[in-house]
Amino acid sequence: MSEYNHPYKDVDFVIKEIVEFDSFCQNAGLADINSEFASVILTEAAKLGSDVIAPLNTSGDNQGASLKDNKVQQADGFKEAYQQYMENGWSSLTAEEEYGGQNLPNLFGTAINEIWQSSNLAFSLCPMLTQGAISAIKHHGSEELKNTWLPNMISGLWTGTMNLTEPDAGTDLAAIKTKAIPNADHYLISGQKIFITWGDHQMTENMVHLVLARLPDAPSGVKGISLFVVPKFLLDKEGNTTSQLNDAHCTALEHKLGIHASPTCSMSFGDNQGAVGYIVGEPHKGLSYMFTMMNHARQDVGLQGLGVSERSYQQALEFAKERIQGTHKDGSRFSIIKFPDVRRMLMQMKSSIEAMRALAYVASNETDKSRYAKNAQDKTKHFSRVELYTPIVKGWLTELAQEITYLGTQIHGGMGFIEETGSAQHYRDARILTIYEGTTGIQALDLVGRKTLFDKGEQLAELLNDIEMTAKELQQKPQFNNLAVSLENAITTGREARQWLLDNAQTDKSAAGSVSVNFMMMFGYICGAWLMAKAALKAQALLDSGEGERAFLQSKLVTTQFYFDHLLPRIKTNIAIIQSGSDSIMSLAEDQF
Amino acid sequence: MKILVTVKRVIDYNVKARVNADNTDVDLANTKMALNPFCEIAVEEAIRLKESGTATEVVVVSIGPKACQEQIRTSLALGADRGIHIETDSMPESLNVAKLLAKVVNAEQPGLIIMGKQAIDSDNNQTGQMLAALLDIPQGTFASKVELIGDKVHVTREVDGGLQTVALNIPAIVTTDLRLNEPRYASLPNIMKAKRKPLVVQTPADLGIELKTHSKLLKVEAPAERQAGIKVNSIEELIEKLKNEAKVI
Repeated sequence: MSEYNHPYKDVDFVIKEIVEFDSFCQNAGLADINSEFASVILTEAAKLGSDVIAPLNTSGDNQGASLKDNKVQQADGFKEAYQQYMENGWSSLTAEEEYGGQNLPNLFGTAINEIWQSSNLAFSLCPMLTQGAISAIKHHGSEELKNTWLPNMISGLWTGTMNLTEPDAGTDLAAIKTKAIPNADHYLISGQKIFITWGDHQMTENMVHLVLARLPDAPSGVKGISLFVVPKFLLDKEGNTTSQLNDAHCTALEHKLGIHASPTCSMSFGDNQGAVGYIVGEPHKGLSYMFTMMNHARQDVGLQGLGVSERSYQQALEFAKERIQGTHKDGSRFSIIKFPDVRRMLMQMKSSIEAMRALAYVASNETDKSRYAKNAQDKTKHFSRVELYTPIVKGWLTELAQEITYLGTQIHGGMGFIEETGSAQHYRDARILTIYEGTTGIQALDLVGRKTLFDKGEQLAELLNDIEMTAKELQQKPQFNNLAVSLENAITTGREARQWLLDNAQTDKSAAGSVSVNFMMMFGYICGAWLMAKAALKAQALLDSGEGERAFLQSKLVTTQFYFDHLLPRIKTNIAIIQSGSDSIMSLAEDQF
Repeated sequence: MKILVTVKRVIDYNVKARVNADNTDVDLANTKMALNPFCEIAVEEAIRLKESGTATEVVVVSIGPKACQEQIRTSLALGADRGIHIETDSMPESLNVAKLLAKVVNAEQPGLIIMGKQAIDSDNNQTGQMLAALLDIPQGTFASKVELIGDKVHVTREVDGGLQTVALNIPAIVTTDLRLNEPRYASLPNIMKAKRKPLVVQTPADLGIELKTHSKLLKVEAPAERQAGIKVNSIEELIEKLKNEAKVI
């Protein structure tokens, strides 16, 4: 079992220097919110994460959740940890004040979610899904619906779930079959849902399922899906939980490769009279409501990639420092961190993680910038950037997490393959991240399609122009000449890829889909290089002025150099593959496979 | 009844302390700092007394550079009502601290003063005792239980032979031991509220105290690295070694 220590030095650096949160707060007119206050809040959240939630990571993985009499029993200790999380008010962090929230910036939510996710990925999913459900009701529910459900969800007294997937409707939600029949002031829901994360548990007095279903008069396809609130226990007239169970329960739990302590439920609605549900917003608009939450949900899963990677890195680093497995000529022994190849792996983990954190936080703050924009033009500009970042944050961060947790296990050698060591859990837990909330393939399609071809590559061009400003800054500093050249080259490569896509997508219908994952990964690496270059500039400026901790700032310079030496060159492979197009991917007839 | 709690900013107990390059002190530049754990227990005890209705107000006081306000804010986030910061350039010695605190006590007139028994940086364990002497009021040190019964405070003390309970007239000083309570985590709403709680800043001059130096720090060295242990073959050998080599029995 490993301990979790909040990487507060890097987090503080990213918030202060890369996101430049303090100037954002000033521009946005946010009184007494600043990076110092962020640090105070993060310190307190990190205590709960390290002391209470992280120690349950291994035991939760070993024990998992179990199902008895249609009731899911969560792993031992989870209920107490959840109660503590709730009592300390963390569920109210970014929610609106009107319903008992603290209304803090989205960036706070991201930085704090990273703590829960690193501490215990399986645990963190429950609050995360609740945040998603809160967001759906807040944005689309009627006043009555909001007043009934939001306060207790925001306080954490009730948790939320998202019921989208059905056996025949995964990526293709148009195929949803669950029915909703109008019945007086509510609807009766019936149907089967699968892969419902934290679909049942005994941690709270009630739960709120958000369920996609079709009304009797619904048009077929995606335009006929509505969204409903379906509680686990029915409420009385005053809106308090009663002991009467709704006609909705968990019928089975999945046996999974990872996140064992997160119960993945098959849910059955309306086995008897029909589950009582209340419509969110207007009929037939359910799927579009889901899309408004997608940026947030996808960025959150990207962040999980960072969270599990950080935990894997901390464990591997500790092992590399302690594991004595080498002998000097004088007979004295040394630990494996002295081996260059172990160093290479640790540096790869460290530099990837720092780039991932920078991108996740910068992307998160774009949501704040859009929200607090002074005019419509700025609002649109920042929102478009959120849209552009989202598939990259989700796709690139979770793909890198596979590699990082792989290396975490590799550093452990044979011990890494042994479950008791604990490193394997991170490797297994990370595996879901490229799958749920839209697979890597779906993220990549989103980037090439809706986010690039749809606007003729305008957003992507703007991003590359922003990156070029940092390249120009690098050119001003002689010591960063090599970084400046590499970043310029990367921008050129990015522009070539963009142009290739615009040129070929119309003539070859398979082009976009064939190159999409390489395209997305490439822009991940370029964004990472951009923000690491920015980090190096800031670190050097602080070193020059004698501020900050020298050892940390110097390591930032080295980590940036490593990123440019080892990770950025991958875009050369990406561009070569992109320019090879779809021929070798698509030319075989299906029966030639 | 008003309770005064003293809090000190110290190096975080999770951080490995390093000696600075010229061996003059522990290197605190850019080191993570935190509320002294014994002070945290003191704050918790005061808040519990307030929650149980015994106390009406909890005032926290800290002495040191401006950064000490972080620890005052942490205490306010845990539930204290207001803060007093006595700003000094460096960390004054215990006797200076006790003299400054005596002035604060005279101004505030608390019924109970709860302090950590010691700070984990200098480990002196003396400020509480000094303050009691300066104020000429009773002290109950190393407390593992604090109860207000009538007009007396009953303090169960962890002493070498076991537990000793003393009944003190109030106002009195209590210094906390580790087992007094388990401090809570600050909740988010309380962290938010803490930003708006009053915090006044004073200087030693405001309190009419001139800071003096009575001792000089000559040198700081890291402890010698621990040598590998040995196996003994018998209890007799162990006792022989404890007696003659280690000279501990």
